[in-house]
Amino acid sequence: MKYAGLLVMPAGFFLTVAALVLFPAPAPRAAFVLCGLAVEILGLVVAVRGHMPARGDSRP
Amino acid sequence: MIPSTPIPIPPASDTYYSLAFLLLLLAPLAIAGLALVNNGLGRSRSAAQAILGNLVIISVAVIAFALFGAAIAGNPVGTPGGAGHAFHAAGQSWNWIGSGSFLFSNFGSIPISAELALMFEMLGVAFAAIIPWGSGADRWRLAAGCVASAVIAGVVCPLIMHWVWGGGWLAGLGQNFSLGAGFIDPGGAATVQVVGGLSALALIWLLGPRAGKYPRVGISTAMPGHNAVYVLFGCLFCMVGWVAWNAAGAILWMNAPLAALPVVAVNTVLSAASALGATLAVTRYRFGKPDASLCANGWLAGLVTSSACAAVATPLQSIFAGAVAGIITPLLVELLELALSIDDPSGAIAAHASAGLWGLLAVGFFAPKSGQLLAQLVGIATLLGIVLPAVYLIFKLINRVIPFRVDPDGERMGMDLHELGGGAYPEFVIHRDESYR
Repeated sequence: MKYAGLLVMPAGFFLTVAALVLFPAPAPRAAFVLCGLAVEILGLVVAVRGHMPARGDSRP
Repeated sequence: MIPSTPIPIPPASDTYYSLAFLLLLLAPLAIAGLALVNNGLGRSRSAAQAILGNLVIISVAVIAFALFGAAIAGNPVGTPGGAGHAFHAAGQSWNWIGSGSFLFSNFGSIPISAELALMFEMLGVAFAAIIPWGSGADRWRLAAGCVASAVIAGVVCPLIMHWVWGGGWLAGLGQNFSLGAGFIDPGGAATVQVVGGLSALALIWLLGPRAGKYPRVGISTAMPGHNAVYVLFGCLFCMVGWVAWNAAGAILWMNAPLAALPVVAVNTVLSAASALGATLAVTRYRFGKPDASLCANGWLAGLVTSSACAAVATPLQSIFAGAVAGIITPLLVELLELALSIDDPSGAIAAHASAGLWGLLAVGFFAPKSGQLLAQLVGIATLLGIVLPAVYLIFKLINRVIPFRVDPDGERMGMDLHELGGGAYPEFVIHRDESYR
């Protein structure tokens, strides 16, 4: 889970960069940049969930 | 405000650059302030290791930057070594890495503007490197911290600095893709604060929480900082340093005229003040009384937000941006600690990463030029999509060679005794873990 999330985040970045190149018009470009960011946030959420320690892991 | 036409570069007078140099002499106060905040928010049995660690990490960072980071960051556009290396794809030139000289070999023979820019960047990497140190308090080994800081200061920060300040592809978004004035970050909100904050998140994921932080039953254990005076006095230091930092950044990266500098200074203070007020109100509402450490984090979040906004916003906009940062910060600290089990003693993720990202976004809202918001979003996407996974991967590899986390006995004993052989407060009683519950 944690690695899947971290792999999804660069995918979102490349979607953002692709939007700049592929869509000269402002509206679709903005929409795809936002989609790229949404993918990154999704990856971040997955990574955060994957890194949550189980209860009691840190008990001395 | 961001002008609709390019700002004319002021004449390169001695006075102009003397002022920038003087401001850069004051800017390290922000680093000193953050070191105090990091120290105060840690535990007393790790205080000496924490403050020594700040000094060592700053030393490693500036040396790593001088050896190879400056070459990656490159020199400002228009100066020798300022062109950078670019590849061509999709009909565009993508300037991705600087072409400066290694070992600071040409320092002294380049124009004064380039020297000041490198000086600013060198302080910036030191600043970014100590941000994760506070998050790894009480469990991060000093040797591992040194290696990690060398990577942050020698590679990660300089690369982002080149993209944003050195004529890299993010700075060229305006010219190449008609996105406003390109990605704007005059005070290092992205290059320093967000990079440091995201590195802190990657570090915490690898280190895990402090022993006893999340018991099997009940809510997380409160582990308050050992010295609120250090924390709050550090915040005052930070204000002085940050005003100088933002003003120097406005001169070096925005070519701001002298008349604009008082506005930058006022915006910085207003942003911090409104953030503190907002955090104070939120913590008063949430807990019945204001929380000192969260208020310190709110103050820092306002300063971080000002790094992005102070040179481009009006005073009213700065108050708004700071207030939003001050509301988000305590709520995010609570969310991270209680809901997501992320043990961040210094609150770096909320105060540096989140507030920095908000400030960068706010610049897009405040800018009059069309496309500026999109440029800022592309910059934010770059930070989240590249920096966080890359730093995590690098830290993971380093962790295989030099274990980040101290062994359980060392953690129980305290980092001072374990790593230094002596405590910061030998005449004080040091509390045991059981005293927290």
